[in-house]
Amino acid sequence: MNIDVSAIFQIAGIGIIIAMIHSVLKQMGKEDMAHWVTVIGFVVVLFMVVRLLNELFQEIKTIFLFQ
Amino acid sequence: MEMIQIIGLGLIATVLILVIREQKPMFAFLLAAFTGLFIFLYVIGKIEAVITVLEDLASKSGIPSIYLKTVLKIIGIAYIAEFGAQIVRDAGLESIASKIEFAGKIFILVMAVPIINVIVETVIGLLPAGS
Repeated sequence: MNIDVSAIFQIAGIGIIIAMIHSVLKQMGKEDMAHWVTVIGFVVVLFMVVRLLNELFQEIKTIFLFQ
Repeated sequence: MEMIQIIGLGLIATVLILVIREQKPMFAFLLAAFTGLFIFLYVIGKIEAVITVLEDLASKSGIPSIYLKTVLKIIGIAYIAEFGAQIVRDAGLESIASKIEFAGKIFILVMAVPIINVIVETVIGLLPAGS
């Protein structure tokens, strides 16, 4: 396991904190700011997921003899 | 004891996903995808050893390596297609999931065509010529 299990907790934590910040900013009346925060958090998590996906595809390519 | 680790990981991830889904369904989906990827990546490392043994046996028994390669490619395509389709299905897009599975089936069929060709040629060779 070269990627740690803690990445899962990281993603969950990012999600919860982003949701919190979103609701706080909404209460303050800064709707557009809240949406930007959501988008940035989403991109960060998406980056982690895509990196892992890339690793999986490379692994499958090497194991199952795709050239 | 690795099995228990995987089960624990799955249970914890499920609880986290259920918590987050209330607030942000998008993050819940990404978390589900990440967990699936993690478990898959963990298991695929184990398969590598089995496939090495399989290749060894095939080379010992003199099977042409092109057949084993084709079979391995088909297995790989089946794994990836199933995995991708299930992630997409989790997000609720049944139609795209079935298209992914359909594409997987087509690619497997395309890979299997040379083998089918060899079988047909063998059968034709067995038949008595003329008549």
